[in-house]
Amino acid sequence: MRIAPIFAGLTALTATLGATMAAALADQPRDWQTGLQAAVTPTMERINSFHNMLLYIIVAISLFVLGLMVYAMVRFRKSANPIPSRTTHNTMVEVLWTVIPIVILVTIAVPSFRLLFFSDRAANPEMTVKAIGHQWYWSYEYPDHGDFSFDAIMVPDSDIKAGQVRLLTTDNAVVVPIDTDVRLLTTSVDVIHAWAMPAFGVKLDAHPGKVNETWFRVTKAGTYYGQCSELCGVNHGFMPIMIRAVPKAEFTRWVAEAKTAFGTPATSADRQVATAN
Amino acid sequence: MATGAHSDHAQDHHDHHPTGWRRWAYSTNHKDIGTMYIIFAICAGVVGGLLSLLMRMELAEPGMQIFGGDYQSFNAVVTAHGLIMVFFMIMPAFIGGFGNWFVPLMIGAPDMAFPRLNNISFWLLIPAGLLLVGSMFVDGGAGTGWTVYAPLSTSGHPGMAVDMAIFSLHLAGASSILGAINFITTIFNMRAPGMTLHKMPLFVWSVLTTAFLLLLSLPVLAGAITMLLTDRNFGTHFFDAAGGGDPVLYQHLFWFFGHPEVYILILPAFGVISHIISTFSNKPIFGYLGMAYAMVAIGVVGFVVWAHHMFTVGMDVDTRAYFVAATMVIAVPTGIKIFSWIATMWGGSIEFKTPMLFALAFIFLFTVGGVTGVVLSNAGMDIALHDTYYVVAHFHYVMSLGALFGIFAAFYYWAPKMWGHEYNETLGKVHFWITFIGVNLTFFPMHFSGLAGMPRRVPDYPDALSHWNEIASYGSYVSGFGVLVFLYLIFDMMARGKKAAANPWGPGATTLEWTLPSPPPFHTFEELPGIKSGSGGH
Repeated sequence: MRIAPIFAGLTALTATLGATMAAALADQPRDWQTGLQAAVTPTMERINSFHNMLLYIIVAISLFVLGLMVYAMVRFRKSANPIPSRTTHNTMVEVLWTVIPIVILVTIAVPSFRLLFFSDRAANPEMTVKAIGHQWYWSYEYPDHGDFSFDAIMVPDSDIKAGQVRLLTTDNAVVVPIDTDVRLLTTSVDVIHAWAMPAFGVKLDAHPGKVNETWFRVTKAGTYYGQCSELCGVNHGFMPIMIRAVPKAEFTRWVAEAKTAFGTPATSADRQVATAN
Repeated sequence: MATGAHSDHAQDHHDHHPTGWRRWAYSTNHKDIGTMYIIFAICAGVVGGLLSLLMRMELAEPGMQIFGGDYQSFNAVVTAHGLIMVFFMIMPAFIGGFGNWFVPLMIGAPDMAFPRLNNISFWLLIPAGLLLVGSMFVDGGAGTGWTVYAPLSTSGHPGMAVDMAIFSLHLAGASSILGAINFITTIFNMRAPGMTLHKMPLFVWSVLTTAFLLLLSLPVLAGAITMLLTDRNFGTHFFDAAGGGDPVLYQHLFWFFGHPEVYILILPAFGVISHIISTFSNKPIFGYLGMAYAMVAIGVVGFVVWAHHMFTVGMDVDTRAYFVAATMVIAVPTGIKIFSWIATMWGGSIEFKTPMLFALAFIFLFTVGGVTGVVLSNAGMDIALHDTYYVVAHFHYVMSLGALFGIFAAFYYWAPKMWGHEYNETLGKVHFWITFIGVNLTFFPMHFSGLAGMPRRVPDYPDALSHWNEIASYGSYVSGFGVLVFLYLIFDMMARGKKAAANPWGPGATTLEWTLPSPPPFHTFEELPGIKSGSGGH
């Protein structure tokens, strides 16, 4: 174990804990990251700020409990307090430690429900992307753009080029336009998978025989990475999701190219199962 | 055959019992069966711990370390670790082990209500454990996760491994249901005169609540995994969408069992921690009735929150909102327990013996696991954290640092009583500090890798996550060393431990078991003890 980076990390940890953690945020995991990935959708922005609020509350509660315990352990240790009291009831504190947690929970619940209903789905999505889970890769369909489809398979470690992220890069990236409400549909042709994109605040299971729906609106162009998040068999850890969010004009150009490149369905059998659902 | 035991019985059955292997194999004595459960749990804990070391060695660095390209074996190890720790370590230790030993002693009963049922409860666990361990070596092992989700567990695993794992769970489940019936009957019918429900020690309350949870939830698991079995082997389609079934149905059934199950694991710890805090603070338990009914409330509410494990399956948003609210409610009785423990210490005269150290660590670490549970209960937040290492960190803080610390606390508290030898206090403290440092090093960094987005149950991860994983792996080696210290401590205690007094802990220990010699005679309370008012610890 190298000592230097660990000290660097501990310093970074102290510096970032309780603060905004903006420095550690990113579109993919970063070294010594202690917080959530940086938000590039409105949903993830809300998740991030909700998490910051929760972090203050839970750190405060933990320190409060720790403080009480340490005080009791020091003040009421046998040598300092040889004669124990026999107190077993105090109605006032019992009411307080029931009511105050309820108040804290209600304080959490209000923004929590707001976030939940916001993240659920978009009212009028402008386009749809359908992600289909396979053992062990994702395929994608663009039903609003000529219904072309393609597979996105992980680039194996032996083929990784400089600049590509190991385990997270796929041969074909999913391309979506920025500043657009995109409806995401997920389904599967075999076992349960989960389509997860941390920077978008999206995680949705892909079930065989069922189509799930959520949405995202990317606000910043860039390449973003996620991984399958439901144990789906041998290569569960090796079916990443790579998204390139581009300006609308570039997206239109990409669609034209993609139609030529992926004009025919990737695997017709898969498509029949997927569309039959 | 049975005449030997029978003639003993006819003469003077005080402390006369079958000897040799018959004493154990045919045992109907709650103390012997409890001891066998504890030995079984220690063995299973060592096996499950070794499996976790394999996982941490694999995950110590990016790339494959010890499994090569055999990802299926990694998944099988993950699965076996979870199932062994839940069904063959924590449950046998607390319910079968300490429950068997101390429920009859604490309520002044001569034995369990159904001694032969008690025997079969234990012996069912042996084939169950063997089947589960065996499943790892058959047809690639069951790489399904402990949740055994369909269709990965049906169409995704053609070999025999999953069938063996399912059968193992059937046996373990039957064992626990029989045990639960035994505990409920014993506690309701065999309390000594004067031992009313509201004077019952809190450990007995915790086992009673746990037994009800077992009795109501395990049959649902048994049904669900039977349907898995018929889906796999007999052409049914309960969970197969192509045949009109529903994979999500399995998840509902599993978690209807699975969520009460996590309270089954932690409630007995709640019970025993109350006794330990009270004993070593030399002060009665604060708010006894509130503590008892907080456990009952946790048990009841625990049955209506199951789908918070399924926030990403695509449930209706209003349903998710309900499960958020219901889940948060559990924080209230849990908070009552935490603060009541602190209030028990308040004004006391605290001694820091090993059981107390484990109990104090339990309170704080369970609080940490509890508050991350509140974070996860928010369905909106859970989108970012579901199935990441944050969840792994959360449930190991409540299980590995909660339930397991409860087991260690109970072990040190009751070992002198059970076997009549004092353990080495210095070794006990060394074991505590090694374990405390090791498990925190292991599991605290997992919060960070989870927030960064590292999914659970992956054999390899993006390079940037290597630092937190490296620290976690070193932590697991420290914890592993702690286990060796613990095993040596047991050896030292049995071989060299001083003879323990009837009550080694002083006036703080007020429950009935401390009125008996250490170790207690083979048969206890043949004449029922009378209970003075107020001896229930309040």
